[in-house]
Amino acid sequence: MDNFIEINNVSKTYGDYKALNNISIKVPRQSIYGLLGPNGAGKTTLIRMLNQITAPDEGTIIFNGEKLNRNHISQIGYLPEERGLYKSMKVGEQAIYLAQLKGVSQKEAEKRLKAWFNKFGILNWWDKKVEELSKGMQQKIQFIVTVIHNPQLLIFDEPFSGFDPINVNLLKKEILELRDKGATIIFSTHNMSSVEELCDNIMLINKGQKVLEGSVYQIKQDFKDNKFEIKLRTSATQQLSNSATQVLPKGFYLESEKTDNNGELELIVSADKDINPNILINHLSEQGTIISYRELLPSMNDIFINKVNSL
Amino acid sequence: MSNFSIILKREYLTRVKKRSFLIITFLGPLLFAALMITPSLLMLNSDKMESKKSIAVLDETNWFDGAIENTDANTFIYQDMNENVDSLKKLVFEGIYDAVLYIPATTLNVPVNAKLYSNKQIPMTLSSHIEREVKQVVEHKKLLASGIDPAVVKATKANINIATIRMDEESGEKTSYAEIEYIIGFVLAFVIYFAVFLFSSQVMRGVIEEKTNRIIEVIISSVKPFELMMGKIVGIALVGLTQIVLWIVLTVAIYFVASGVILGPEIMSPSGTVMTEQIEQITEMSKGQDVMLEAVNMVQSINFSAILWSFLLYFVFGYLLYAALFAAIGGMVDNETDSNQFSTIVSIPLIIAIVCAPTMVNNPDTSLGIWLSMIPFTSPVSMMLRVPFGVPYWQVAVSLVLLILTFILITWLAGKIYRTGILMYGKKPSFKEIWKWLKY
Repeated sequence: MDNFIEINNVSKTYGDYKALNNISIKVPRQSIYGLLGPNGAGKTTLIRMLNQITAPDEGTIIFNGEKLNRNHISQIGYLPEERGLYKSMKVGEQAIYLAQLKGVSQKEAEKRLKAWFNKFGILNWWDKKVEELSKGMQQKIQFIVTVIHNPQLLIFDEPFSGFDPINVNLLKKEILELRDKGATIIFSTHNMSSVEELCDNIMLINKGQKVLEGSVYQIKQDFKDNKFEIKLRTSATQQLSNSATQVLPKGFYLESEKTDNNGELELIVSADKDINPNILINHLSEQGTIISYRELLPSMNDIFINKVNSL
Repeated sequence: MSNFSIILKREYLTRVKKRSFLIITFLGPLLFAALMITPSLLMLNSDKMESKKSIAVLDETNWFDGAIENTDANTFIYQDMNENVDSLKKLVFEGIYDAVLYIPATTLNVPVNAKLYSNKQIPMTLSSHIEREVKQVVEHKKLLASGIDPAVVKATKANINIATIRMDEESGEKTSYAEIEYIIGFVLAFVIYFAVFLFSSQVMRGVIEEKTNRIIEVIISSVKPFELMMGKIVGIALVGLTQIVLWIVLTVAIYFVASGVILGPEIMSPSGTVMTEQIEQITEMSKGQDVMLEAVNMVQSINFSAILWSFLLYFVFGYLLYAALFAAIGGMVDNETDSNQFSTIVSIPLIIAIVCAPTMVNNPDTSLGIWLSMIPFTSPVSMMLRVPFGVPYWQVAVSLVLLILTFILITWLAGKIYRTGILMYGKKPSFKEIWKWLKY
């Protein structure tokens, strides 16, 4: 398997405080990887190591097959949790400055920036000072300067905190586009629901320790508790509702049922492991019209709480 | 372009392009030039501004006939002895005279009780002029009365001028001019004191700005914190040098242009000007001494290249030392209010140096002076005070080497504090925590 980033047995201690304890991660090329965990879990420390802001006490980091070094800085785009821009500097000037620090020449930076500004329809902001822009506008600039040097690795620390919903959607769209163009992306957040739909793989981290790692699909499969939600429309709603529990086939157990104002019945059913849910659907389809059926998978948040509590 | 030069360029350009920089750069020389020109302008015009005054003199002693000389602004008109003071006073109200000088009859043994009547405030210059003239005449009279020839007294007046000569094994004997050295030392030490504070606190503010704007982490994901810190320190040093050079050039330019326009024609004209008058006075006072030669000696006695070089070196390294300290403070705190506690502690040595300055220029070679000019935190100011008086080369060398070594050490430590501090938000760190940062 082609891993873009490999973190091997990394530890970091600040005084008596163990920020990271023997962490290993593999991030496949061109995937989106989520570092999930509560505040203070060690996510930011790990990310700062990738950015070479801090160095690990122990362990190694491999970047695209090489040991991580200063040359990789220009291939990394980083949106820190604590982010901002020079307030009294002009937007264009500032963006060029930040691009230059990532090794893009002034001319090239200007060309690329104009293209991005054009794409976002914000070319007329070029000569404005940052402090004249609204928060949402500043966020757009912040995103552009993060990706202006076409980095192969993009790191977003709490990517959506402070962004308004419109910008969050824009950001998600752009990030997926960058991934499709070849970038590898790492998200770090305590707000698990905000990224789980985007991530291919995740690691759950708590108090500097790895709690769980794997593909989002696999983890959810591992932690699901075989529950299904079925919605039915039936002329004999009332009657079914009363007898629903009795009419379920063997191996299925009714967890809850409720009827909404439109006369639709919603059932939550749990099932024995390895039982085929089609049996339930076949059975219920005789009672009325099935409007929806879905398997209830646990959220990352639930899994995290579940897992941390069980340790 | 290296990251360092990209940062340096930004730090320099954003500051130089600021409106406040332009205002201070151009306003400063205007103020300096005004400070230099106004006194001579005032002196030049004081006579013109005072309207011509005519003063009626009623001299009952009859000693002063014509003895009080007319000046440019004042004409003394002697009245008949029989005139009445009160009627002369009335003429003042009628505007015929500006004042009446009444010298009542007296004898030589009784002090002269002259009175000067006017309906307006009498200028200081006028009353002192009259006092001086009256005194001279009375003294003259008294001498004559005692049978002494005033010419003899005049001839006995001694003109004392002690030349101080400093002996130097290398260059032999040299006449020293303490006053001029005093002024040069004081001015340059003050400039260093002021500039070091002004520009190193700009470094601190720059660091705090990056923290409060939360851009710091974006930047140090591209460059090393040390590069950022040094880029800022050197960039602001260049801003400082630009400002100082512009100040000097503009002040000199404005001074010459302004004095050419305002004072020019009168300075050129041979009579009635301040300059010539002053020179005449000096010539008169020094009684035949060759003023020009004296001035040339004075200028030659000052070791300009030594002063210039020490000024540059002490300014640059003094600034660098304090800028590194202030950068570290900026890294520790989140806002300028919190920085006060730390910056006060750091500034104490410089303040001690400037407080000791008056004592030191009076006697530059005391042990206090030598110690202060060796300790790196005070040497930029204290050594500058001593250099114009002549300091043994080995002392300057030791002091500079100490300063440079301390600068390197402090920059290294500051870099460590800065590196950790810039990523800490929220609370002000304790000294214990800062000690821990040094060890990370």
